[in-house]
Amino acid sequence: MSLVLLSAVVVLGILSVLRVQSAGWPRFLTVGLHRNLALMTLVFLALHILTAVVDPFTHLGWLAAVVPFSSYYRTFWLGLGTIAFELLLAIVLTSLVRGFIGQAAWRLVHWLTYAAWPFAVLHGVGTGTDAWSAWLFTLQAFCVIAVLAAVGYRFMTGSRDPLADARSSFQDAVDRREPR
Amino acid sequence: MSKEFELVVDRIKCDGRGLCAEILPERIHLDSWGYPIMTKGPIPDHLMGLAQRTVDDCPVLALTLRRVAAQKHRGR
Repeated sequence: MSLVLLSAVVVLGILSVLRVQSAGWPRFLTVGLHRNLALMTLVFLALHILTAVVDPFTHLGWLAAVVPFSSYYRTFWLGLGTIAFELLLAIVLTSLVRGFIGQAAWRLVHWLTYAAWPFAVLHGVGTGTDAWSAWLFTLQAFCVIAVLAAVGYRFMTGSRDPLADARSSFQDAVDRREPR
Repeated sequence: MSKEFELVVDRIKCDGRGLCAEILPERIHLDSWGYPIMTKGPIPDHLMGLAQRTVDDCPVLALTLRRVAAQKHRGR
């Protein structure tokens, strides 16, 4: 469930970068949904970690939830999940204080999403005890396809800035005047 | 100190994305290049929530809510 939410957040984030909109779907809806689903993802992740830590079968302990690769149970795959969670926590916290840390720092941290999401997927595939059951496999495949499609689309279309041409020709004129 | 606020655009930061005008069309409209033009004067109470949202949602953090200076307001 956390992966579904996270994937939706990533897709919505990309859609807002691409300024996708229609008459019935203004852009502030994408931005608002992106924010709210991101917060919801953290809540679901908190539940996921809580239930995993108190699970008597694996008895992971709190250290495994904080320090990557410190659990004896599926050390590698669980560590990926820890890393993904900590990255997401950093991304959300910096977003909440975006006004204080400034746009450039926020943006830099937000790029980490592209590291956190694959970690989360691998964590699910590697740790999940039912990763290869039909329904979960379908769900995971759907998430991966959705995010890859959005990333690919972002990569292909580049900037959707309607003023991009005007700006670059202005910049060219400036560069001609003052050779650097 | 007044309790009235106005929306201020940082013209250097503003990229002309136009998200603010979608959220608060009552106070913001866009010029022909897509940059926001604010209605003058303090934001009415019932629009403060939306005004705050334009500040939070601005992709380049170019908007701020500023307290209207009491003197300046009288002088207008």
